[in-house]
Amino acid sequence: MNRLFFQPHQAGLSKVQAAEYTLRNINPDVLFEVHNYNITTVENFQHFMDRISNGGLEEGKPVDLVLSCVDNFEARMTINTACNELGQTWMESGVSENAVSGHIQLIIPGESACFACAPPLVVAANIDEKTLKREGVCAASLPTTMGVVAGILVQNVLKFLLNFGTVSFYLGYNAMQDFFPTMSMKPNPQCDDRNCRKHQEEYKKKVAALPKQEAIQEEEEIIHEDNEWGIELVSEVSEEELKNSSGPIPDLPEGITVAYTVPKKQEDSVAEVTVEDSGESLEDLMAKMKNM
Amino acid sequence: MADEATRRVVSEIPVLKTNAGPRDRELWVQRLKEEYQSLIRYVENNKNADNDWFRLESNKEGTRWFGKCWYIHDLLKYEFDIEFDIPVTYPATAPEIAVPELDGKTAKMYRGGKICLTDHFKPLWARNVPKFGLAHLMALGLGPWLAVEIPDLIQKGVIQHKEKCNQ
Repeated sequence: MNRLFFQPHQAGLSKVQAAEYTLRNINPDVLFEVHNYNITTVENFQHFMDRISNGGLEEGKPVDLVLSCVDNFEARMTINTACNELGQTWMESGVSENAVSGHIQLIIPGESACFACAPPLVVAANIDEKTLKREGVCAASLPTTMGVVAGILVQNVLKFLLNFGTVSFYLGYNAMQDFFPTMSMKPNPQCDDRNCRKHQEEYKKKVAALPKQEAIQEEEEIIHEDNEWGIELVSEVSEEELKNSSGPIPDLPEGITVAYTVPKKQEDSVAEVTVEDSGESLEDLMAKMKNM
Repeated sequence: MADEATRRVVSEIPVLKTNAGPRDRELWVQRLKEEYQSLIRYVENNKNADNDWFRLESNKEGTRWFGKCWYIHDLLKYEFDIEFDIPVTYPATAPEIAVPELDGKTAKMYRGGKICLTDHFKPLWARNVPKFGLAHLMALGLGPWLAVEIPDLIQKGVIQHKEKCNQ
């Protein structure tokens, strides 16, 4: 987050304060509440949980979603502890130490794996780590990787809050090979976090109590009860015309297609008029046009 | 993985039993007692091995720890203040030790003087929750960090012995 927001004139400000100023300039209609502290200490943690429970759009109501954009394991575990205790849905995001992979993860306590359910997930690199890591040198960072991860995180947030598309429970990004693995992980029944286990039980009860889902219904044909004038729906373009204007579709993998096709060159099926060369010079033609 | 000497030292540090963090009230008190027992034993071992290299104490709640550590280089003894908080997720996550007076003097450190540990430390700690405690943190975290960083800082002239400073 810091690399996406900090500008030289903001030197001396905390990351969150600089972020607020920059974001407020982009959209003044957004409401911000800024806190700059270490959430892992006992004192601050209480305040942190309190703001999650009461800092919603209406003070006193909980927030709708928590987005974790921190850069260390300890802070993530702390957010996980808070959200498990409060039953708060959240999305975790991160970029790897070598800066060439990242991920987002949707955590719904009891329904999907929490951050403590399994050891930290790593997007497989398929590269020789020795080419990247040198002894005694710490983490790398690439704002490009962070930008990509930030984009897919917000995209997932939009889909989640506005209820469209498929919300990913986990989406990884491998920058070296441009690979985006997705998956969802069930919670661990033996998770170390007591509250995670508690929410798992509650979720199981909730699922058992739901009415049985019916099989997917066929899309019903729209049939009008009367059709006094015998109106029919016919394509504007005839079958034959369609066939003549289509060309071959190239061999493409799943998920990719062409916007349109170009037919192979063939005999003119439609009468056309072609321009003639009258022998006039360009100046003549220009003058002719002017005099019309 | 830690070297042979470190492994031997660590194997002689008593492991802890209670899996409790600072928000767990009575269980935390139990854990604190175990922490102190383990630390006392570790310091005794160090004294017997003529390598008494740190002291630690905490506030009443056991949530804030502070003390000193020493490092001997070329027959000179260097002293540093250390401090750390117990995170709410302890012992699942280890505390971050800070050496405030070295803040900004080495790349192997975060802002505020928190030391940057090796890649080995976190997985090792995670595999040994809740058996590892603050004594193990000192032996596997701060100890090796001092061993690598202090000679380097001395050699670069970034830190000087207090006696030399007063001359």
